Amino acid sequence: MLRKLSHFSILLVVMVLVILLMWALTGSDFMNLGNFQSMAYQMPELGILTLAMMIAMLTSGINLSIIATANLSGIVMAIVLTMAFPAESAMTNSPWLVVIAILAGLLVAAIVGLINGFLIAVLDISPILATLGMMIMLSGVSLVLTKGYVISGFSPALLAIGNKDILGIPVPMLIFLGCAAVMGLILNKTPLGTKIYLFGSNPTACFYSGVNNKAVLFRTYIISGIYSGIAAIIMISRFNSAKADYGESYLLLTVLAAVLGGVSAAGGFGKVSGLILSLVILQIISSGLNLLGISNFFTLALWGIVLIVVMIVKYLIENWSSKKWST
Amino acid sequence: MTEPFLTLRQVSKHYVGVTALDNVDFEIQKGEIHCLAGENGSGKSTMIKIISGTVDADPGSIIEIDGKPVHSHKAIDAINSGIQVIYQDLSLFPNLTVAENIAIGNYIAKHSKVINYKELRGIAEKAMARIKVNLSLDALVSEISIADQQIVAICRALTHDVKLIIMDEPTAALTKREVDSLLKVVMDMKAKGIATMFVSHKLNEVLQIADRVSVIRDGKLVGVYSSDELNDEKLTMLMTGKKVEYQRFVAEKNHRDPILTCENLSRDGEYADISFSVLPGEILGITGLLGSGRTELALSLFGITQPNNGNILFNGAPVKINTIQDAMKLGIAYVPEDRLTQGLVNVQSVGDNIIITTIDSMVNRFGLLEKSRVVKNIQDWVKNLSIKIPSTESPVQTLSGGNQQRVVIAKWIATDPKVLILDGPTIGIDVAAKFSIHEIIRELAKKGIAIIMISEEIPEVFNNCNRILVMRKGYVVKEFDTTSADQDEIQNFVNESI
Amino acid sequence: MKKILSRHETYVFIAIVIFSIVITAINPSFFTLENLFDLLKSYSLMGTFAIGMLFVLISGGIDISFTAIATVTGYTVAVLLLNVGDQLNIFLVFLIAGVVGIALGMINAVIIHFFRIPSIITTIATLNVFYGILTVVSDGKWLYGFPTWFGDFATIRVFTLHTPEGIPYGLSIITVIWFALLLISWFILKYTLLGRSIYAMGGNPNSAQRAGFNIFAITAFVYSFMGLMAGIGSVIQALLVQTVAPNSLVGKEMDVIAAVVLGGASLTGGTGTMLGAMLGVTLIAIMGNGLTLMHVPALWYKVVIGFVILVSVGVSAYRRKSSARKRVIIENS
Repeated sequence: MLRKLSHFSILLVVMVLVILLMWALTGSDFMNLGNFQSMAYQMPELGILTLAMMIAMLTSGINLSIIATANLSGIVMAIVLTMAFPAESAMTNSPWLVVIAILAGLLVAAIVGLINGFLIAVLDISPILATLGMMIMLSGVSLVLTKGYVISGFSPALLAIGNKDILGIPVPMLIFLGCAAVMGLILNKTPLGTKIYLFGSNPTACFYSGVNNKAVLFRTYIISGIYSGIAAIIMISRFNSAKADYGESYLLLTVLAAVLGGVSAAGGFGKVSGLILSLVILQIISSGLNLLGISNFFTLALWGIVLIVVMIVKYLIENWSSKKWST
Repeated sequence: MTEPFLTLRQVSKHYVGVTALDNVDFEIQKGEIHCLAGENGSGKSTMIKIISGTVDADPGSIIEIDGKPVHSHKAIDAINSGIQVIYQDLSLFPNLTVAENIAIGNYIAKHSKVINYKELRGIAEKAMARIKVNLSLDALVSEISIADQQIVAICRALTHDVKLIIMDEPTAALTKREVDSLLKVVMDMKAKGIATMFVSHKLNEVLQIADRVSVIRDGKLVGVYSSDELNDEKLTMLMTGKKVEYQRFVAEKNHRDPILTCENLSRDGEYADISFSVLPGEILGITGLLGSGRTELALSLFGITQPNNGNILFNGAPVKINTIQDAMKLGIAYVPEDRLTQGLVNVQSVGDNIIITTIDSMVNRFGLLEKSRVVKNIQDWVKNLSIKIPSTESPVQTLSGGNQQRVVIAKWIATDPKVLILDGPTIGIDVAAKFSIHEIIRELAKKGIAIIMISEEIPEVFNNCNRILVMRKGYVVKEFDTTSADQDEIQNFVNESI
Repeated sequence: MKKILSRHETYVFIAIVIFSIVITAINPSFFTLENLFDLLKSYSLMGTFAIGMLFVLISGGIDISFTAIATVTGYTVAVLLLNVGDQLNIFLVFLIAGVVGIALGMINAVIIHFFRIPSIITTIATLNVFYGILTVVSDGKWLYGFPTWFGDFATIRVFTLHTPEGIPYGLSIITVIWFALLLISWFILKYTLLGRSIYAMGGNPNSAQRAGFNIFAITAFVYSFMGLMAGIGSVIQALLVQTVAPNSLVGKEMDVIAAVVLGGASLTGGTGTMLGAMLGVTLIAIMGNGLTLMHVPALWYKVVIGFVILVSVGVSAYRRKSSARKRVIIENS
C-alpha cells in the first residue's frame, strides 16, 4: 500500500509542477477554458487506449494489438456508415445507423478480444507473441477491407460524438470518464478485479485457490478489445475517416502512460487514479509545448524523459525507505 | 594440535534494529563435517553469508583462516581461501549444460576469454572423478533431477581448490536413496581433507553424519556438541530453548459414516490401488518418503489430476472430481506443500489472499463486491486464527512462516470445507509455531471436519493423527493405529523402504 | 536424430523448405540465384538488426529503441556524407555510425542496470527520446544525394554472373558484410566466456552474480552491441536505398523481434541461437518475397505473415506444453 500511495503522490507533485511550468512559460494562453477544452478533446483517445493496455498489463501480460483492433473496429464502423445503404437513402444520416455501426464495431472488437483470450489462455501462447501476431494479422485484414484507401465522410450524428460538448465538457471526455469509472469499478469492486491483480502476481497460487484462470484471461482481453473499440468510435469521429494504420505510434505511448500511471510491468499493481493523473500530465505537456510552438516530436521525447525520471525517482525512494535485513 | 581451518571469534552482525549475530565463536577443523543447527531466524543464514564473504561482519569481529586473522573477507577473498557455498537454490544455470555449469567458475577465475570446449569438458570430468560420479556432460541442467543438480553444484565447487564447502539445506528435496548418495559424497570429500559445513533442519540426517554440531539460537551460540551426545529431542530443545511436550491427539469415537472414501484408486505412474476412508472429526495421517505418491494422491482428490481407475465416494455416493472447482463444490480443501508458489500470492495483501477462495460469493445482486462483508470476513478470519499482522493490507511475504501458513489455512476454512487436506502443513516453520498450527488443526477436527494430514515428519503425524497410512512406491503398504503403535516403530517401518 | 528433431530450428528449417517448394512450384523464378542473391542483399538490414536483438533477448532483456538508434546514426552519417563526403571512406562511415550506436546503447544499459528499470520500459522511453529529438533536429527532412563513391560501393559484387539477357547479378558486398557480422557474433556467443555469460545471465541472473560475473559489463555489452548493429544497419539501409529518412525505420521493431523469436529465442531469456535467428529472418524474407512472386496482392501480406507467426508460436507453445510432462516422482529403488 505504501508503494501505491507514494506513486500517486509523486504523480500529483509532478502534475502540479508541470502545470506551474506551463503556466509560467505560456501565461494566459495555457490557463484558459478554451485550452482546457481543447486538451479535453485530445486526451480521451490515448486515455481509453491506455485503459485497454492497462488491464492486460495488470495480468502480467500486454496487448500489442489494441491499435490494430481499434483501426479494424473503426473500419467496420465506417463501412457500415458509408456502404451499408445507398447514399441517398434516409438511413444514411439517421442516428440509428450510427448506433448499428457502433454496435458492429464493438462486436468486432470483442471478437478480437475473444481470439486473443483463446490464444493466451487456451493455447498458452505468451501475450507478447499472441498479440503481436494478431496485430500484424488484423492490420492486414484492415488493409484488405479498405484496399489501402481511407474511408471518410460520415454523418453529422457520428461527428457529434467526437466534436461536440455537453455543458462545456467535450463528449469524448465524458466517454473517457465513463470508461475510466467502469474500469475502476471492475478493478476495485468486482471479484474479477481482485482476481486480475492476484493472477498478475501469481497465477499458480490463483489456480490452486480455485480461480478459473482461463476465464480471467478471456475476460481481460475481451474488455481490452472492447475498450479499443470504444476508442475507435472517438477516433473515426474526430478524424471523420478510418484508415488501416492510424495511430501506430500510440501503441508504445499507451505503455508509457500506463507505467507512468503506476502500472507495474510485472503485473499485479496499478490503479485507474494513477493512470488518469499520468494522462493529464502527458496531455498538459503536449498542449503546453504546442502552445509554445514546439514540435510534436519533441513532446514525444519529453514524455520519454518524464517516464525515465519518474521511474528513477521511484527507485530512489523505494531504496531509501526499505531497510533490507535478513537473518 | 592443528589449527582449525576456519575460526570465527566474537563475530557480530547488527542491522537496523535487529541483532542477527551476537558475539558468536565458531570453528571448523580441516576435513571436519560440522553441522550448524538452528531455527529459522536464528542467525544461521547470516553466519553463512559472513563466512562466504557476501556480507561483512561488524567491526571487532575476527575471522581466521588456518589460524591467521584475515583483513579482508569479501566474496572473492573467501573463494580464494578455498571456501565455496552451495546455496539452497543451487545457483545453477538451467539453460547451460552440465559441463558448462561445472567448469564456468574456473573460466571466470582464470579470466580466460575464449572457451575451448575440450578443455572445458576435461575440467568437468576431473571434478566428477574426484567424487566418483558420472553425469552426462551435455545434458542441460534444467533436464536433470534435483539430486543430479546437487551433484553438479558440488562438482562446480570442487573445480576450485576448495577446503570448505558450505551446504545450505542440501537434502530438502531429495529421496532417501539420493540423500544416502549425497552423504557418501560428503564422506569422500572428508577423506580428501575437505571440510563440509551443513545447515540443515532434518535432524536425523544431521546426527547421522556430522562430527560436531553447533547450535545457534537468537543470534547466539548455544554450544558445540559432538554428534554422539545428541538426539532428536535434545537437539530440538537446544534449538528452541523449550521443551515441547506433545499431547497426543485422540479423536472422539464417533460412529458417523465416512465422508470420503477411495476404492482401488490408481493413476499410472503415480499411485496404485489406494483404498481408505476418512470420518468427519478424525485426522488421518498419510506418510512415506519423497516419491511415495502422497502428494500425487492429494492432487487427485483435489481435482488437479484424475485417477485412471477406481472410485472416489463422497458421502457414500461416487463422484468425479475433474477440476478444483468440482472439489471445492463438494467441500474439499487443499493446503499445498509449496506455500510460497502454490499457496500464497506473496506480494499481495493478507486480506486478498484470504478472500480469494470465497470472493465470488461476496457480491450483491449487481455483481459488485460488498466491501463491508469482505472486510468483516477477513477480520474475522484473522482473529479466529490469531494471525499476527500490522494490517490486513500487509503483503503476505512480510509475515513469518507460521503466520503465512495461517493465512493459507484461513483461506480454506473460509470455504466451509468438509474435508481438509494438508500437505506438509508445517514445513519450514519453527517448532513453537508448529505446535500452534497443530492446535488449529485439532480444533478444526473437533468441529467435525475430516482432516487428512500428509507429512514426512513422523513425530508430526504420530502426535496429531489417530490413524496413519504409510505409502511406498505408490501403494499404501500399512496402516498404523497410533494408540497401539509407537513412534519409533513407525519411523523404522517408513525408513525401511530401500 | 532425436536431438535434431527436438530442436526448434529444425522446424523453422522445415517450414522454409516447404514454403520454398510451394513458391517455386508457382513461380520458378524464386529459386534462381539472381533472386536469391537479391533477397540476401535486401534482407541484410533485418539480418543485422536480428543479430543485435538476439544478444539482447538471450540476456533476458528486450530493446525496442534500436530503430530510433539506427535513425540517429543514419542521419549522422548522412549529414557527414553530404558535407564532407569526399574525405570519407566506407570504413569511416561504418565506424562513425557504430560509435554513435554504441553510445546510445550505453544509455540504455546504464538506465536498465543502475536504476533497475525493466528493459521494455526503458527502451520504450529511449525510443521516444531518441526519435523525438532527432526528428526535431532533422526537421523531418529526407537526405539524399550522397557522394558517388557511396552509391558505387553499394553495387559492388564479390563475384558477378550474368543472366541470359546480359543483366549482371551476384553476391553483394553488403551481404558479405552481414555474413561477416554473423560469423563473428556466432563465435562470440559460442566460444567466448562473454558469450556464455550472456546465456548465464539470461538463464539465472542471481546465479550469474554469485558466480562472479560482472553483470553491468554484460548488460553494457549487450545493449551497446545492439546499438552497434543498429548503427551498421543504418549504413546498410543508406547504401541500399541511397537516402536517409527519419521515419523509415521506426515502427518496424516488431518485425525484427518476431523474426528472432520465430527462430527460437525466448522472450524470457537464456535461449536462442544464431542459426535460429537467421532462419527466422530467412523465413520472413522468403514469405515476403514469395508472396510477391506468387502475385498475391500486397494487401494480403500482413494477413499471411501474421497468420504464420501465430501458427508458429502456437506450435511452439504446444510442443513446450507436451514435453513439460510433470515429473513423475516414483521411487524406483
